[in-house]
Amino acid sequence: MDRLRLTGYAVAQLFLAFVLIVLLVLWIVGGVLVVIWVGLPILAGTVVATRWVANLHREMAARTLGQPVPVPYRPLPDGGFFQRARSVLADPMTWRDLAWLFVAPVVGILVSLVVLILLLGIVTGFIWWFATPPLMVARAHFDRFFLAYSRTEKLEQRVQQLTETRADLVDHSAAELRRLERDLHDGAQARLVALSMSLGMADAAFDEDPDAARRLVQDARATTAGAIGDLRSVVRGIHPPVLADRGLGGAVQAIALDMAIPVSVAVRLDGRPPAPVESAVYFGVAECLANVGKHSGAANAWITLSHETIDGAGVLRAAVGDDGRGGADPESGTGMLGVMRRMAAFDGTMSVSSPAGGPTLVTLEVPCALSSPKTTPSSAPG
Amino acid sequence: MRLVLAEDHALLRAGLIQLLEGNGFEILHAVDNAASLAVALRDPAAEAAVLDVRLPPTQTDEGLRAAIEVRGARPGFPVVVLSQYVEQLYARELLASGVGAVGYLLKDRVSDVAEFVDGVRRVAAGGTVLDPEVVATVMARQREEPRDRLSPREQEVLALMAEGRSNAAIGVRLSVTEKAVAKHINSIFTKLDLPLDEDDHRRVRAVLAWLRV
Repeated sequence: MDRLRLTGYAVAQLFLAFVLIVLLVLWIVGGVLVVIWVGLPILAGTVVATRWVANLHREMAARTLGQPVPVPYRPLPDGGFFQRARSVLADPMTWRDLAWLFVAPVVGILVSLVVLILLLGIVTGFIWWFATPPLMVARAHFDRFFLAYSRTEKLEQRVQQLTETRADLVDHSAAELRRLERDLHDGAQARLVALSMSLGMADAAFDEDPDAARRLVQDARATTAGAIGDLRSVVRGIHPPVLADRGLGGAVQAIALDMAIPVSVAVRLDGRPPAPVESAVYFGVAECLANVGKHSGAANAWITLSHETIDGAGVLRAAVGDDGRGGADPESGTGMLGVMRRMAAFDGTMSVSSPAGGPTLVTLEVPCALSSPKTTPSSAPG
Repeated sequence: MRLVLAEDHALLRAGLIQLLEGNGFEILHAVDNAASLAVALRDPAAEAAVLDVRLPPTQTDEGLRAAIEVRGARPGFPVVVLSQYVEQLYARELLASGVGAVGYLLKDRVSDVAEFVDGVRRVAAGGTVLDPEVVATVMARQREEPRDRLSPREQEVLALMAEGRSNAAIGVRLSVTEKAVAKHINSIFTKLDLPLDEDDHRRVRAVLAWLRV
């Protein structure tokens, strides 16, 4: 039964080998004709057809080997023809497909013919019985060698991706530190200097002019109140106290309450995500809500927080939706780009669905596990 | 008036003790962590409590939880919760823990001694004292909702009621006579469909209705 299935693949691959030859010719013709533009549509069609045929071979290789052979193409960007074309050209798998096209017809015809002749030769049937599985497995290995990334290549891609997100993160935290430094320098620090001056003058004035001294002390108190307010807003920007107190669910409820429009919050979390993830998702949701308030013109908004386990890996999902005018473009604001970078640092993603006229839905997803419910200690005074 | 005080910072605790004792309060217990606070709040001699939100061991919201718990065990027990920051979420939880006799204030309000002491007294007398910052957030939200039937003046009066001010104080703040304030308040009660009741409770109920707790 299994051998018959493998022989079936051999027949399919024999016919497909001729399709591959046609595709190879189209590649060459299209490549040459690019100089007079007609080549472009030919190449575009050929790429699509090549991917389709290559996927058929991936599927057959996966079934023969009993292991998944993933479809490795980079996702196509939304956008015009040239943007898509650029992405396809930059995808190394496009060129590996092409290399495979050069070799696969020969190998395919040879292997398939051997299998078929052994079966149809009747007396050679027993050789077919023994030779078919190793031959087809070898063929599958051959296809996988070209059509799937090896472990090393996957690791290289991962290193590349980590390098990029790390660089983003370093830039981001450097910018955050500069912002904090500026906030403290222009805010609390300046006020404390003024405070110390007022107190110094009051000290000097106490004996001669008690009224002036009293006024200076009153000024000093007002300045203190300002400094405390500044420090409070700086602390909120670093790590909101309510996030430390109540975790992600409570903190999201707290910002929802501060919104001018009604925001319903549904939290389905059985524990707490790791603190850095919690913080990243919190600031992501806060940014989304700020956009809802500033740009959407919505009358209602809603937030859901949930955690699911897919294929043994946990995913934290935060969705922020509103019934506003839509048309949100994640590329246009620095805020949303910041959220994307924060998510990328945890291998998370942000997706935005916002057709003109609304509604808008922003989904943040971060792979992570939940810990059992507990509160995190903090050394900050309350 | 005998108070329980919870504050983990030694300097602030000493300051608060000095301030409250200097204004005629008696500090029954001054504690610096959640476990001792739970014991102190069981003392039947205690008449009110002033609590910091963050206390050891976890430095999160022990003070708030203790406040809600004690008001469950001793309904109407007056509690003033102090914090370095205010959250509407916490204000709602406190207000939902019973009618009246709660205060929720930023810690730096303590620097205005007269105002702070007055606030503690009003809470002990069954009133509600919310920090102006909480009130301001709710005000911002109300403006977005035209279906609210209160006039702008009435909203101002209600906001000051939420901060725990007396009719006289509201009159001074808005530069109107006390009689005019009383008129606004009556109209608020009517619009919010609040039944006739002891005046203080109606005031508290008006604030609760306004916050939609």
